[in-house]
Amino acid sequence: MAQAIAFYFIAACILGFAVLVVTTRDTVHSVLFLVLDFLFVAALYVLLGAQFLAAIQVLVYAGGIVVLYLFVVMLVNLKRPPEAHEDPHRRTKLGFGLAAAVLLELGAIAVYGSVNPAAPMPATPAIPVSGNTEQVGWLLYTSYLIPFEIASMLLLVAMIGAIVLAKREL
Amino acid sequence: MPAGISTSDFYYILPELVLTAGALVVLIADVLLPKDRRAALSWVTLIALGATLASLAPFASTRVEIAHGLIAVDRFALFFKILFLVAAAITVLMSVRYLEVEGASPGEYYFLILCATLGMMIMAGGIDLVTIFIGLETMAVSFYILAGFIKPSQRSNEAAVKYFLLGAFSLGILLYGMSLMYGLSGTTNLRVMATRFAGQEQNPLLVLAVILVVAGVGFKIAAVPFHMWAPDVYEGAPTPITAFLSVGSKAASFAMLLRIFVEGLPAMSGDWRLLFYVLSIVTMTVGNFAAVTQSNLKRMLAYSSIAHAGYVLIGVVAGTARGVTATLIYLLVYSFMQLGAFAVIVLLRREDVVGDELKDFSGLHVRNPFAAFAMLLFMLSLGGIPPTAGFMGKFWLFSSAIDAGYYWLAVIGVLNSAVSLYYYVRVVVFMYLKKETIGSEPKATPALAVTLAIAVAATLILGVYPRLLFEVAEASARTLGMVPITTALR
Repeated sequence: MAQAIAFYFIAACILGFAVLVVTTRDTVHSVLFLVLDFLFVAALYVLLGAQFLAAIQVLVYAGGIVVLYLFVVMLVNLKRPPEAHEDPHRRTKLGFGLAAAVLLELGAIAVYGSVNPAAPMPATPAIPVSGNTEQVGWLLYTSYLIPFEIASMLLLVAMIGAIVLAKREL
Repeated sequence: MPAGISTSDFYYILPELVLTAGALVVLIADVLLPKDRRAALSWVTLIALGATLASLAPFASTRVEIAHGLIAVDRFALFFKILFLVAAAITVLMSVRYLEVEGASPGEYYFLILCATLGMMIMAGGIDLVTIFIGLETMAVSFYILAGFIKPSQRSNEAAVKYFLLGAFSLGILLYGMSLMYGLSGTTNLRVMATRFAGQEQNPLLVLAVILVVAGVGFKIAAVPFHMWAPDVYEGAPTPITAFLSVGSKAASFAMLLRIFVEGLPAMSGDWRLLFYVLSIVTMTVGNFAAVTQSNLKRMLAYSSIAHAGYVLIGVVAGTARGVTATLIYLLVYSFMQLGAFAVIVLLRREDVVGDELKDFSGLHVRNPFAAFAMLLFMLSLGGIPPTAGFMGKFWLFSSAIDAGYYWLAVIGVLNSAVSLYYYVRVVVFMYLKKETIGSEPKATPALAVTLAIAVAATLILGVYPRLLFEVAEASARTLGMVPITTALR
């Protein structure tokens, strides 16, 4: 039951952010919504018990690829719509207020932690023999070795293609 | 713990390994060779393709599943692999002069052609959604770049962007369908899937999956209403690439289509047959009627290629062993005549003439009788006039439809062929009856002459003596999806 609720919530968020990615007029906002979208996809992977994929999703997609997107967006310097320059909805005070609240909370935690030292951690359970990462590794390098190798050719093609398109003179 | 991969698996993918090695050699040779010796790369590419073709020989009657049921090595795959390699070789022969005229560098170009061929071979052999998809991607990414290879040309750029965007979109749809298939069966292996789907005909999700996969594949074979990209891409891409795209990519997509639907979804044959029935009729009709109004020959051949996808779908709809045989025969026959027609357009490309407008063909009979005769033959063959191969191909397609009880499909196919004759014959009229000529003398280089000779010979021989092709195609069609499942269920 809880899992179903979590799934539908995450799925709705993924869809909602995906719609926002294509409907937002500001390119930078659009890319940032894409980051959120990828993060929720990662959450979906966690829900499915695929923590390794979730970590990869965050590292590669949300971390690596979208940062590249942002670079591209800023390099080509797309003109923002004029209203974006003077945002009437900017709430500087609210931002400072929220930041202050977070700071306060952090301070409270630090003070509380120094007053009541944490109880010793229970012994960590033995690491399962076949973890998530290991399973993915086993599948990739045994059963799916051939598609894995073809994927490396695919990446080579994409790399050569990028060079061909970017090279000034052929 | 899953079992590893055995050495014998690598033996069975020998042709793919040879081709990959060839592609890498081309890439390295491009750097090592001095600039004025780069023309030799076409030879390296041809040798790589030839070596791959030769390495297919030990598998002439093999019929196994390798790598835990990811790839099948059977005669069905073999048929398509030979088709791809021959088409790629003809494309390379066509490209030599074209690249010189356009001033493009050959290294990456030939590398990408070899990689596209590799992707196609994987697609034809794949009996698992994972393998099929990776092969499809390898082919598609290569073609996205090849379509935009002539960078100074705006039309080439437009073609690349359009093809990339619509291709990515269609892949998304295809993947959605595939993910539903995986979700419903719990396996990506098409043959295991077929056993799990038995008795699930009424499942609405499965029907949705079938519709999505049909739409995704429809994009790839350029069936109406998923054909919008084809005319612009075919017109804008470099002519040899247009030829390879309209032959190789189409044939590979049909191989994928047959694998997915005949092997993976026999339970749903009622649904996909109906969908392809409608698609076939619409594709033939729209393709032919749109082709009538074109004055650019590459665009006209694009619409004609759409119409031909409609004809080939007739064999898929029939779905019988005979239908699949007819599909294979027609794809091979179509390859030769389509590649030949594009070779003539490449021949007309000179420093001063683009050579793809209908008026560029006027008076060709006087200036280059051999090219004009070859074009005449290709046009008649595409129109389906005996004694050319196109006639035999259509004959088998329509008879397989009648055999399976689809009389109306055959009737509409014949009517469409009659319409198509109008625009094919118009080219012949321009070549033989118009007098005014444009630009310098169109001369064939040795490579182009060989290309035309091969295409002419194939079109004539397969038209007059089709028996051999029929037997080979029939034996290939028989191996589709009838291998007992030997690997453990995953």
